Amino acid sequence: MAFFEFKNVRIAGISAAVPSFVANNLHPLPEDAVSSDYTPEDFVKTTGVLERRITFTQTTSDLCFHAAEKLIADLNWKREEIDAVIFVSQSRDYTVPATSGIMQERLGLSQETYCIDLTLGCSGWVYGLHTVASLLSTGCMKRALLMAGDSKAVRPMTISPLFGHAGTVTAVEYIEGEQGFRFHCGTDGSGYDAIIIPDGGTRNLTTPKSFQLEACEDGMKTRLQPRMKGMDVFSFGITTAPKSVKKLAEHFGFDYLTYDYLVLHQANMAMNSMIAKKLKLPVEKVPSCMHHYGNTSSASIPLTIVTELKGVADKEPKQFICCGFGVGLSWATVALQTDHLVISDVVEVDEAGNVVM
Amino acid sequence: MKTIDEFVALFAEQLDDTDPSTVTAQTKFRDLEEWSSLLALSLISMVDEEFDVALKGDDVKNSETIEDVYNVIKSKI
Repeated sequence: MAFFEFKNVRIAGISAAVPSFVANNLHPLPEDAVSSDYTPEDFVKTTGVLERRITFTQTTSDLCFHAAEKLIADLNWKREEIDAVIFVSQSRDYTVPATSGIMQERLGLSQETYCIDLTLGCSGWVYGLHTVASLLSTGCMKRALLMAGDSKAVRPMTISPLFGHAGTVTAVEYIEGEQGFRFHCGTDGSGYDAIIIPDGGTRNLTTPKSFQLEACEDGMKTRLQPRMKGMDVFSFGITTAPKSVKKLAEHFGFDYLTYDYLVLHQANMAMNSMIAKKLKLPVEKVPSCMHHYGNTSSASIPLTIVTELKGVADKEPKQFICCGFGVGLSWATVALQTDHLVISDVVEVDEAGNVVM
Repeated sequence: MKTIDEFVALFAEQLDDTDPSTVTAQTKFRDLEEWSSLLALSLISMVDEEFDVALKGDDVKNSETIEDVYNVIKSKI
């Protein structure tokens, strides 16, 4: 059974950077893959995604860089005290090498920094936190930056109006006596093609055919764009996420209903409402940012905390359950407490790569 | 398990623009004017809630009538 407990670790702070450009789904962009199956109004009503942030120039690592600079400053961490960078994304700078190493250099971190990339999407922040916790819990490393997000649209390929771009950073540290994190993790690889970019890996190399449009369940796509079996993913999410939360609570013998917040991966409103309903949680305990930011992949949980809980969760101790679920198919749930949590203001980055406020 | 008539009534509740009295077990739901992939998600939610069955996309795509969907659910209970 994939249950884990890591003591002596805590989240020190969370930051997020998003593109400054706002795409409104009631007035789709030329690049937006709009379905003729339903109206923009019906799309917004069902998915809950009114608008999202989009960039054609800033990579995930660009956004994470600005989020990291902000958080390091807000925490007053010294760069030489940062021991690890874990970069969770499906949109790395290069196929090779790992982006975490590029971040080490760009942030001016020590050459003794432990750097790895994890290729996960919607479940990625929770898996990343698990990886960080397991690395830190021995006490050999004290401070780590967990970067999570996905970004950058490529013209002329279309973009799905469900998804937004964001890069987040979560600062985690080893402190003896901290309660730490409890996890449940799961995988169903039989659903590997529920969300997939078919070409560009070694199974199917990029060929001229990769650029041709094909009819997929979610519209016309090239073989270099993500395609999704929406109904399968929906069905998976509403059944697996509530079970994972319940399993975690049952295994560790706590009542999840007494927690302050359930922060779900921001998949879409229909899915998240159903999950909250099945867990009998009131709306005020399930914060959401998808109305303004869309589904931001592995960034969605920390982005929700930054945009919805600043001024609240950084004022007093809070108990969180966070659940990520999606591409893989992969899912993971964590239960944790925060105290003196630093939540940075959202950083906005323009198309030239400058921070705008 | 709920009867086919109860399922047809639940199915009709998911529709906004179709007169419920015109919906029967033999209704070819994908031919309905208002049918869309978004309504398919409502259907999957309802089936999960009422029958504790996780419908797959292919289960919906390969069904022609409402009764076909009912039979898929029955086979998964």
